[in-house]
Parts: sequence; structure tokens; C-alpha cells
Amino acid sequence: MSIVQTTRPPAVPSTKVANFKPTLLQTEEHHLCPGCGEPVAIRLVLEVILELGLAQNNVCVIGHGCYGSFVMTLDVDCTLCLHGRAPAVSTGVKRMRPDVAVWTLQGDGDMTSEGLAEILHATARGENITCIMLNNGVFGDTGGQMTASSVIGQRTKNTLEGRDAAYHGYPIVICDMVASMQGSAYVARGSVHNAAAIAQTKRLIRKGFQRQLEKKGLSLVEILTMCPTGWFVPAAGGADYMMESLGKTYPLGEIKDVAAAA
Amino acid sequence: MVLRLLDGSEAIVEAAILAGARFYAGYPMSPATELVEYMAAKLPASGGVCINAATEIEGVNMAMGAAAAGFRAASGSCGQGLSLMQEAIAEAALNETPLVIFNMARNQQDYFQATRGGGWGDYRTITLAPKDLYEAVEHVQLAFHLADLYRVPVIFMGDNLLARTQMAVDIRKFDFGPLPPKDWQLDGTSGGTGASRQIWTFGGGKTNTPGPGPSRHWEQIAAKFDMIATREARHEQGFVDDAETVVVAFGSGGKFVEFVVNQLRAEGRKIGFFRPVTLWPFPGEALERATDACSRVLVFELNAGQMIDDVRLNVGHRRKVRPIGGVSFDESGLNIGPLMDARVIRQRILSALEGEVK
Ligand SMILES: Cc1ncc(C[n+]2csc(CCOP(=O)(O)OP(=O)(O)O)c2C)c(N)n1
Ligand code: SF4
Ligand SMILES: [Mg+2]
Repeated sequence: MSIVQTTRPPAVPSTKVANFKPTLLQTEEHHLCPGCGEPVAIRLVLEVILELGLAQNNVCVIGHGCYGSFVMTLDVDCTLCLHGRAPAVSTGVKRMRPDVAVWTLQGDGDMTSEGLAEILHATARGENITCIMLNNGVFGDTGGQMTASSVIGQRTKNTLEGRDAAYHGYPIVICDMVASMQGSAYVARGSVHNAAAIAQTKRLIRKGFQRQLEKKGLSLVEILTMCPTGWFVPAAGGADYMMESLGKTYPLGEIKDVAAAA
Repeated sequence: MVLRLLDGSEAIVEAAILAGARFYAGYPMSPATELVEYMAAKLPASGGVCINAATEIEGVNMAMGAAAAGFRAASGSCGQGLSLMQEAIAEAALNETPLVIFNMARNQQDYFQATRGGGWGDYRTITLAPKDLYEAVEHVQLAFHLADLYRVPVIFMGDNLLARTQMAVDIRKFDFGPLPPKDWQLDGTSGGTGASRQIWTFGGGKTNTPGPGPSRHWEQIAAKFDMIATREARHEQGFVDDAETVVVAFGSGGKFVEFVVNQLRAEGRKIGFFRPVTLWPFPGEALERATDACSRVLVFELNAGQMIDDVRLNVGHRRKVRPIGGVSFDESGLNIGPLMDARVIRQRILSALEGEVK
């Protein structure tokens, strides 16, 4: 056992979370807003892929949203497909290359608004893919409008007085829908609002990929991510705002795990 | 040569499998329905996968994924089903995914859809329109070849007659020459190497391997289609050298016209025919030459007048050009109607020759 020497400064300065570049990114630079939760979530996925030994055996299919700009920096084979269609494109990749880990990177707008049919039918078919949905309850990329996942009372650019159930309808809780279907193997919801949640979310992502490797069916990991810009709150206030709004409708934790059931 | 009596759709599916197709995703729609039935029956035995897509949108995007993974893949439908695929067809053109789309059209009202397209961007789609099942067996294989050669979507344009008529055909293999390696395919192996792959409509590339960026990328795509236009236009013609009248028709209609023109020639009429085999690229220069000396160009197509635009663009004197086709369905609205009949076509040609425009 080594003893940490505390009487003099370390030879190598400690690594801050902020200046740690995941191996599977070509650069740590990104053009997302200050306080955005998406880069944190993406980093977790990349770490899991590396740790599972999938760096040279995975394909990422990216949807349309702010995370889309990572198509230029992810150091994995990837395609940015049409809005909402990532589970369909992934199906084609996976059916032709069943031994490659295939994952989607989508947002709540991409998955629950434009692409609801694709995620549900991919689940119904029990496709062995892992779908990552970054949920900020808005179309962040287009400036913060309501998605199917915006929560009741949420102010967006086109629900200025807050989402009103009587007028705008109710949010789609995609995890519950997917979990209720036979083709899903693993469904969980994480968040990146604090260090503990980040650590927990990484475990959820890992399990999602493991179920894919075990060929158990579709795994969906939803991750609540801060979008201070789309919510019109200060960058530092994103985490608190998120847990008070989205966090109430979307509780964190595992929703389904076929391994646990078996 | 092995002749077998096959349904048109079955022969097309066998030709696709012979061409190396390994993935198909489709959704039933007459008369494209039998394609997905035969694919489902035959693809798995050849190591392939056929999926009953939930929508045409889903099906064509699945095929894009399979093609992006490096495999020959196709989807198919007709009419409104093809309409739903337009976004993806354009995307495949712009992100350079080789894809084959079978349009087993109900009729010939899809000419604009195929040659102009309803998707976004400066793109074109090579469209092969065989006149019969013999040619179809070759065109199916050619479609996959051209898709891989140029990394473009290719439309195979059949129709009700082709899909649902039985014929004795020989499904033989065609060799169209060498193809470039698929060094762009997403096989998942290049992660973490610093040179991982990307398929993306905007042509941005990655940090380590920057692409040309959207403007230059789309210019290059457009230039590629210009190049294809000069290389891949195909046509068939007969008796045009001394013809006073040239009849232009495509697909099954072209075969009917060819038959009628042969009859009229035998009767001493100075008449010829011209059939665009590729609807895009339209064989415009060949048509210009074929119609240079004639005094009349008749256009037979089963629609209210679509290909006639391309004919007028390419015939020197556009006043020579006259339509003799029309909208023609049976009462179901799904099948070819009474106009696709050699006697009717003959009558329409003769009326035009006598100056009575119907
Ligand atoms: C067919 C189509 N419709 C609309 C758009 C415009 N669009 C681009 S990104 C986006 C929002 C995506 O929202 P989400 O998936 O939640 O991602 P976020 O930006 O919030 O991370 C939209 C609507 C598009 N690219 N394609
Ligand atoms: S708009 Fe929202 S999701 Fe997009 S980069 Fe900014 S904070 Fe992130
Ligand atoms: Mg969003």
C-alpha cells in the first residue's frame, strides 16, 4: 500500500474534471453553452465504451440536437442521421454487424417528438442496440421550444406561460413506454446535476451496454441534462432548476432490467 | 441458360440477391407488396435480413444504416410510399450512402418524383426504367453497381405490369466491372485510432481529419451528379434515321410503342421510336440527334404529361412535340388502365399522323 505524501506538493498537478479529455474524443473543445449538461453525459458514455473494451468495436448513430456537433469530435465510427431516425439506422447497422456495439445519441426532441415511432418499433423488435437520450425538455438546438417531453408548467419559447396540460397536452415519459414493451432489456434514467448523479449515471450506461452485449434486447438510458440557455436561467442555476422541474416528472433510477428479473 | 417461369417480383428479388443484396426493409403497398414478401422468403437463406418496417420512413432509414455498415441494401414501395422516402433519398445522395430504391410504380405518374425528387439539396437520382423483365434482371444488378460506384441512391423504376406478370427468365449474373473499396464503411473498428470514420451530410469531417465543409461538400456532390449525367445516360432507339415521326416512351410503355412502331414500319410508315432507359440522366443529346431530321415527336406516357418536359427541353424545335398518352387506370386506381394497349397506342399514333389531335 502506498502512502500519499502530503508534506510537499505533488510532482504532477492533480487532474481536474474540467481538463480531463476522454480518450474517445479527438479534442476537449466543444461549442456547447456554459453550464450545458450534454458534454458531461457524452463523456460518461465514451468512458463506458472504453472501459468495456468497445473502442474499436462500436458505431454511434447521432440524431439532431446540440449533441450533434460531437459528430466532429467523437473518435468512434459515427454517422449523423436524419432527425428522429437513429434507432432505424442503428437497426440496419446492427442487423448487418451483430457483433458491433451500436448506440444512438439522441435528445428528447429527437426521440420523443420527431422519432417516437422509430424508438418504439426498434424496442418492439427487441433490437440489440443501446439508445442514449439526453433529456433537457426542450429543443435546445433551435432555441428552447417545447418538445413532447417538456414538463407541465415548463416555460419554453412557445409555452411562454408554461406548458399547460389542457392546451398543450401531457409529457411523454418515454422510459415508461419502452419499459412496458417486451423487446426492452434495460431502461434507466440518470442525471448529471451533481457528482453523485454523474457517478450513478455511468453505472446505468454500463449496464445498458452490457445488456446489448448479452443480446438481451434494446436498452434505453435517459439522462437529464442541463440546458440553461433553453430554459432562460443562469448557467450556474441549471442543475437546481432541472431537479425542480424535469426531476419531479422524471425520477432517477432503474426502471427495468431483464437481468435482475431473471 | 436456365429459363424459369417466375413472377416479375420474384425474378427481381432473385436478381437483387444475385447482385449481393443483403438487407431489405419494406412496407406493403400494391404493386410493390410482393417484393417484401419474396425478400422475406429468400433473403435469410442467403445470409441476409428482411425487416417488415413500421413505415416507409423507418424502412428506408434502416436500409441506409445497413448500407452505411458496408452492405448492399435496399428498400422499396411505390406512390405515396416513395413520397415518404424522399427525405432519406436526398440524405443518401448528400451523405454518399449507396442505396437502391425499388419503385414498383402503379403507373407512370412517378416520373417527376423520380427525376426531380422531393428531397432537399442539389441532388439527383439515377433512375433505371426497364421495358420488361429481361432487362429488369440486368437493371437490378446495375442499380446496385451504380450505387456503389458513385456512392449514390439509385431508383429502379418498375410498374404493375413488370411486378405482376409471369415470364420465363434466366436470372444470370452481370459483371459491370471493378468497384472502389468501401473504405468509408462504418464497421466500428476505427474508434480510438484518431482517424475514426464519419458519414455526414454536411461533409464536416472530424477534428483530426477535417472535411471540406458544407458549401464545398455540396458543390462536390453537385459536380459528381454532373459527371454522372455525362456518363450514365442510356437509351434505346429504332428506325430513327429516316423517320418522319419519332415516338418517345419509357418503361413498359416503351416496349408497347416499340411493338407498334415495328408494325407501322412493316406497313411502310416512316416512323421510329426512342426509349430513355435512364430517366435520369435523361438521354437528351441522343434524343436531340434522333429527332433532328424528323418533323413530329410523339410522347406516349401514362400520366398527364411529365416526361414531355424533358423531351421538349431536348428536341430542337419544341413545336414538333405532342403528347399522345394520358392518365390511365383501372377502376381500382391501382392498376394500369386501357391506354396501355397496342391497338389504342396504334390508333393514337395514326390519329396524330393524320393531324387529328385527340
Ligand atoms: C426534419 C427536421 N426537422 C427539424 C429539424 C430542426 N432541429 C434540429 S435540432 C432540433 C431539436 C432537437 O432537440 P433535441 O433532440 O431535444 O436536442 P437538444 O438540442 O435539446 O439537445 C430540431 C427541431 C431538423 N434538423 N430536421
Ligand atoms: S442550447 Fe441547451 S442543450 Fe444546447 S448547447 Fe446550449 S445549454 Fe446545451
Ligand atoms: Mg432536448
